[in-house]
Amino acid sequence: MKIAVCIKRTPDSESRFKIASTGASIDEAGLKFDIDDFASYAVEAALQLNEKAGGGETVVYALGPDNVQESLRKAMSMGVDRAVHLKADKVPADGIAIAKALAAELKGGGYDLVLFGKHAFDSSAGVVGTATAEFLGVACVTAASELRVENGAGVARRELEGAAEMLTFPLPAVVTIDEGVARPRYPSLKGIMAAKKKPLESKPAQLGDIRVTVQKAELPPERPAGRILGEGVAAIPELVKLLQTEAKVL
Amino acid sequence: MANVLVFAETRNGELRKIAFEAVTAARQLADATGGGEVHAFLAGAPGVGAKAAQLGIYGADVVFVAESADFAQFARESFAATIADRAKLDAYRAIVLGFSAQGRDLGPRIAAKLDLPIVSDVTEIASSGDTLTVKHPGYANKVVLTLVVSGPSAVISVRPSAFTAKENAKPARTETIAAVPAKTPVVTVTEIKEGAKGRPDLGEASIIISGGRGLKAAENFKLVEDLADAFGNAAVGATRAVTDDGWRPHSDQIGQTGRQVSPQLYVALGISGAIQHLAGMRTSKTIVAINKDKEAPIFKVADYGIVGDVLEVVPALTAAIHEARKGH
Ligand SMILES: Cc1cc2nc3c(=O)[nH]c(=O)nc-3n(C[C@H](O)[C@H](O)[C@H](O)COP(=O)(O)OP(=O)(O)OC[C@H]3O[C@@H](n4cnc5c(N)ncnc54)[C@H](O)[C@@H]3O)c2cc1C
Ligand SMILES: Nc1ncnc2c1ncn2[C@@H]1O[C@H](COP(=O)(O)O)[C@@H](O)[C@H]1O
Repeated sequence: MKIAVCIKRTPDSESRFKIASTGASIDEAGLKFDIDDFASYAVEAALQLNEKAGGGETVVYALGPDNVQESLRKAMSMGVDRAVHLKADKVPADGIAIAKALAAELKGGGYDLVLFGKHAFDSSAGVVGTATAEFLGVACVTAASELRVENGAGVARRELEGAAEMLTFPLPAVVTIDEGVARPRYPSLKGIMAAKKKPLESKPAQLGDIRVTVQKAELPPERPAGRILGEGVAAIPELVKLLQTEAKVL
Repeated sequence: MANVLVFAETRNGELRKIAFEAVTAARQLADATGGGEVHAFLAGAPGVGAKAAQLGIYGADVVFVAESADFAQFARESFAATIADRAKLDAYRAIVLGFSAQGRDLGPRIAAKLDLPIVSDVTEIASSGDTLTVKHPGYANKVVLTLVVSGPSAVISVRPSAFTAKENAKPARTETIAAVPAKTPVVTVTEIKEGAKGRPDLGEASIIISGGRGLKAAENFKLVEDLADAFGNAAVGATRAVTDDGWRPHSDQIGQTGRQVSPQLYVALGISGAIQHLAGMRTSKTIVAINKDKEAPIFKVADYGIVGDVLEVVPALTAAIHEARKGH
């Protein structure tokens, strides 16, 4: 199959964040960046689908400044065949603008599947994949927690609150990937060497109007420091009392 | 003055809590524009229109009812097409949905169809002229972003529980509208797998009892269930360590890559408090933790901690809660 995966470069989710002096973004100094978690599940899912199909091509796309090329190389070191960098000064906070630029590039690519993360860690929005599907005019499954291709059609599972849907869909299609589909592999040394020689094409992104911008970034209020009431069953009466009088949940 | 269109989400023919919260958010926004109307979109199998009056209670002026046998299930492409077509008939200031499984799916479809900007998982909305300003927790709740959305209209999805449903009764008029068929190839629902019955959803529960690897074995989740029962109507959650091991379904997972919850009371049993777990529950009103390691990071965020063995402390706590709630 021919599969495209759109990946975002985001800071490591374990980081302690500081706000930049502009007050409108995080301070990126000293942070580690990598392929966004859900997007890395999408890369792994694409590789496994093609391994299972016994062939095909896997292509990664990223829109952003030159530093996204690191993420594209990383995906190629995992086994992706080639990469496309859509160059932009920065990644906008406007998911529709990103989706338009990606769709313009993906259109005519002849992909059976285009995979995305369910949402990106930084934007936590879940917009780009679904909107890209609309711009491409293809079927779309959002937040798939299982994904297979059987007899030329897609099969997916999607979690609802307290239930799940089992879905089938025609190809070509866009699928956004939830946890559960696949844990990303680590690149092998051989993979890292091979990635250096794989094709990475860079061209300007066709970003239109940007209609969503970040005005302010703030750290949320800290929780008051925790309190240990005591040890073992002896602490239960105190806990029950506090749940009644202070937390008022009993 | 501008009207606001809101998606009134249902499941199995019943309006969901998020529908009332979304109507409340839409009402606030319509009022802020200087007295616009709230138009709710209610879609479902024939008969769903009977629910329209409930939306009036929370401030809907008009309820557009689209009934179709195909709408018994979440017919995402057709819902999106019907809402988008309806939106073209009015200059809506915004189209509001919940950031729920349905709303997350529909929002970007509608925004793309209408070429509108979209902001997701919003906790506050302010409007002034052609500018909307919203708050949205990004970076898995670690950074709160204030986003500015330009233009006369936008799609907004609101975070569950961020807008408390408020009564503001209007004599909602009902209008029947036709279901618009899907304009893109569709996905077909082959089966709905219902989760455990008799417990509230994690996103709606006011009390959540969660278990981690410290419970030692899948069968010990019985202790978590029993404590949830003692509290009455509590939901049961889990860490990724537990869902990875298959002790609990993935849908029970709380955290950065699982569900994000904010209940009145969150009880963490045998959970270390990894940063990715905290990302999903740190905004809970009160946090209780029981862990045998007094250095466990969960104690840094727990309002009340007990250092001890869950297998010993939890059954005793369950008995004590039953005792304290006698008469309920
Ligand atoms: C990209 C990414 C995303 C992730 N997303 C999530 C997510 O969404 N949700 C999530 O939960 N995790 C997530 N994780 C995993 C997370 O990092 C932790 O591994 C996980 O939360 C640990 O689960 P735990 O607390 O159950 O297990 P452990 O960390 O193993 O903790 C078990 C705790 O139980 C205590 N304990 C042991 N025995 C007893 C006993 N008898 N009585 C009392 N206490 C006892 C121990 O002291 C310990 O603190 C993610 C990780 C990554 C890398
Ligand atoms: N700048 C980008 N370049 C490529 N893919 C992206 C970009 N931004 C977002 N995506 C993809 O869209 C998904 C959802 O992002 P978002 O809508 O921002 O939550 C991500 O997991 C990526 O798969």
